[in-house]
Amino acid sequence: MKIYVCVKQVPDTTGKVAVNENGTLNRASMATITNPDDLNAVEAALALKDQVEDAKVIVVSMGPPQASSMLKELLAMGADEAVLISGREFGGSDTFATSQIIAAGISHLGLTDEDLIFCGRQAIDGDTAQVGPQIAEKLNLPQITYAADIQKDGKTVTVKRALEDGYMTIQVPMPCLITCIKELNEPRYMSVQGILGYDQKPITVLDYEALKDEPLIEPDTIGLKGSPTNIFKSFTPPVKGAGRMLAGTEKEMAEELAACLAKKHVI
Amino acid sequence: MILDEKHAMLQKLYRQFAETEFTKELLDDLDETGEFHREILEKMARYGFTGVKIPVEYGGSGGDYLAYALLIEEFARVSPVLSVYVNTSNSLGGGPLMLAGSEEQKQRFLPPVAKAEKIIVFALTEPGAGSDAGGTTTTAIQDGDDFILNGRKTFISGAPMADDCIVFAKTDTSQKGSRGISMFIMDMKSEGVSLGKPEKKMGIKGYPTCDVVMEDVRVPKDRLVGPLHKGFQYAMKTLDGGRLGMAAQGVGIAQGCLEEAVKYAKERRQFGRPIAQFQAIAFMLADMATEVEAARQLVYHAAELMDAHSDEATMACSIAKYYAAEAANRVAYKAVQIHGGYGFINEYKVERMYRDARIVPIYEGTSQVQQLVISGKLLKD
Repeated sequence: MKIYVCVKQVPDTTGKVAVNENGTLNRASMATITNPDDLNAVEAALALKDQVEDAKVIVVSMGPPQASSMLKELLAMGADEAVLISGREFGGSDTFATSQIIAAGISHLGLTDEDLIFCGRQAIDGDTAQVGPQIAEKLNLPQITYAADIQKDGKTVTVKRALEDGYMTIQVPMPCLITCIKELNEPRYMSVQGILGYDQKPITVLDYEALKDEPLIEPDTIGLKGSPTNIFKSFTPPVKGAGRMLAGTEKEMAEELAACLAKKHVI
Repeated sequence: MILDEKHAMLQKLYRQFAETEFTKELLDDLDETGEFHREILEKMARYGFTGVKIPVEYGGSGGDYLAYALLIEEFARVSPVLSVYVNTSNSLGGGPLMLAGSEEQKQRFLPPVAKAEKIIVFALTEPGAGSDAGGTTTTAIQDGDDFILNGRKTFISGAPMADDCIVFAKTDTSQKGSRGISMFIMDMKSEGVSLGKPEKKMGIKGYPTCDVVMEDVRVPKDRLVGPLHKGFQYAMKTLDGGRLGMAAQGVGIAQGCLEEAVKYAKERRQFGRPIAQFQAIAFMLADMATEVEAARQLVYHAAELMDAHSDEATMACSIAKYYAAEAANRVAYKAVQIHGGYGFINEYKVERMYRDARIVPIYEGTSQVQQLVISGKLLKD
């Protein structure tokens, strides 16, 4: 059984955000982390591997060569293999192009009815939550989003989806794609043994040459040029002032609030 | 020194673990109750910290001295006492077995220690034998297939929760000083072993320390570690490595104090501005940072020499321990000074760090013993 986990290296948004002239993120000048939701997906895969004999966890990322530092950390957490899809031709891809390329990559690596694909719900840089579902579409797989619990039984999985107003439990046949949320689990740390031995595990790089003959790859719809969405403008929103809590009786608070609004000429 | 990729990853892991798991509640509880927390030790074991320096074939992680020093430093930066939790198995507890244990002993005792299923502690100090460890009066007299141990060991860190104890005892009373001493691994549940009351300590609270009293304790001879009458040299070799760990602890404490002081100096306003803008404070911070970095480089260098099995490693460890321990106290003193009255209040992290720092120039060889080692090496030829 193979469990693919799609992961993304994202800028650490707790630091400063830098933007290029064309509106894309200036990733080189920002500190990077593994996208937090993706860590939940990795943990879900590792937890399943702990239960299922012969399960292999393969982390897959599309990105520049620097993304290999993230893949090493995921190998140190316990993943068995890492695959980096990287090439100039893929640069600047939007979610449509990205999901096509990752789907082609997974297809290239092989997907059987014993396999699963896990993704994080969304990345903290784009916040689109589109890539996971789009990969499922390209591969013609059932998709289950917002997984808060995953149980595997034979060749089916039962997933509890967390929705705004409740839960939905659904059962799907494998292979399928599941997007994971923070509530699903607590990601483990790397381990000392994992760090000392990560270089014994393979990191495979798939470039354009390796994937160009995949039926899913259409040269016109990859990379910046082939992306149907273009970024018009990126900016850092102005920092909002801190909120203020009023204290006292309801009457006192109402009076204070009215005085405050009057002072700012709102009323 | 610029850390290579793996050591940089280890440093990141240690820091992440300490910053996430060593919560204020846990640290307060350790300090207030002084009691041992087994749960956090078990969690440390799960990630391979308790066996970082124990070879893979004996259940450990197979890391080197630098991996170990980084661990102690990063843990001590957040909690000096929790750095002791991972130190014992890798250093004073597991160390003597790694240095002198037979294959059978290593297979038997090291795996459970690496995984924190068992705790082994180190008992060298006696009421009358501190820096003068050769003054050991505990005796071990052979009787058939056993040795019979009598004596009292004092300030034994971790003794209340230990499963086994490395004990140094005189096996040949006709030999003087450090000669004729042997090393045993004694089962703490043996008949005749009793414990003193846990000491009320100034710092490092949450890792209990007490006396171990032996009255006609029978220790089977397969628990003699290393050659008969020649245990003292292994005590000294174990302490070489232990010193490196405690030097790293000094660096961690100093770094933690420095960070707290920088943060506080930027926040605290007096005379209409943050106190960091006064040169008297800013220069104190500069001195602190310089000492921290100097101590760190001494520790990393000594770790590299240990890993290279260099002849200079013993002296380098003593230099690192001497400097880092003293630097930790100078830095902690200044951190409290910068905090003013607040630094004297238990609620502030530097108050605890200041108390914790005080033992570093004392245990595992006082600063004066390090001076003896350093000057002894200098003047030998």
